[in-house]
Amino acid sequence: MTQLQQFNYTIRLADDALILGQRLSEWCGHGPILEEDIALANIALDYIGQATNLYKHAAQLDTQKRDEDALALTRMEQEYNNILMLELPNGDYAATIMRQYYYTSFYLLFLDKLKSSNDAFFSGFAEKSIKELRYHVQHASDWVKRMGDGTEESHKRIQEAANQLWPYVGEMFGMDALENELANAGYAVDRALLVDEWKKQCTALFDEATLAMPTEAWHHKGGREGRHTEHMGFLLAEMQFMQRAYPGAKW
Amino acid sequence: MSNSNWPLWEIFIRSKNGLAHKHAGSLHAADAKMAIENARDVYTRRMEGVSIWVVRSADIVASAPADKDFLFDPANDKVYRHPTFYDIPPEVGHM
Repeated sequence: MTQLQQFNYTIRLADDALILGQRLSEWCGHGPILEEDIALANIALDYIGQATNLYKHAAQLDTQKRDEDALALTRMEQEYNNILMLELPNGDYAATIMRQYYYTSFYLLFLDKLKSSNDAFFSGFAEKSIKELRYHVQHASDWVKRMGDGTEESHKRIQEAANQLWPYVGEMFGMDALENELANAGYAVDRALLVDEWKKQCTALFDEATLAMPTEAWHHKGGREGRHTEHMGFLLAEMQFMQRAYPGAKW
Repeated sequence: MSNSNWPLWEIFIRSKNGLAHKHAGSLHAADAKMAIENARDVYTRRMEGVSIWVVRSADIVASAPADKDFLFDPANDKVYRHPTFYDIPPEVGHM
């Protein structure tokens, strides 16, 4: 296990957190109701906070000696390694909520395993983040249920969101040479082992919400290698603008 | 913002154990569970609380503002009702 491998792994987790936080923060001021607007902004901030910790850790491992701001805000698109689902545009509220459910229910299982990492940073990070994630999962699950067995319109929208996002869930469990080696070393989590439990929970929730589990078997991937959707460039342009226009700006 | 059909809820937050729940404000929610979650996000995001009570605003019975004079004014000149003639030991704390 090399320092570069540890850096690359940390960057993956950091990018997932930052890109989801960035997307969720786009709802600020546009939520369907005042209370939800605040709830989602809180959740977005939880991810920005996690990303900050992860980038700080990555900065310590970086052989190029970049600091956390440089890592978060000045890399090129191909250098970001987040999974594709998290960079997709928010869509309507059903799509945002469904992505929240798919991802947070996975991420909570992931963190529960990361708690046992033999790396002190990751076990501590997991311990702290699990509390936030338990709330995120509850928030998303409740809304999936409310929309699923709500009105005809809400049912239709949340089912469509479930179907459209489904081809992106496979990447959450994707393992490659890097993660296999780190998982074998007790440093990282074997994501593939989480699939069955995740599907079980998802099925139970969908039953309660009167939704049908999607069956599509084909899944997108590429985020871990820096191959992104066409939406990523626009997201980065907005997110990086200040740092690019006024490098090192402080206030 | 289209939550006009959702009932209004009054939110009470206990800032720490041992203190009473205090009225923090109100918000809209479809049911009690959602009211608790919304209250968590709206009123406790800066570590204001350890416990939340919610109650439908419609279920609160309030005194009429017009009755203010005969309900409250008579207490004005009854200073002997204040327990200011006792020394409270410091161990007692909040009273």
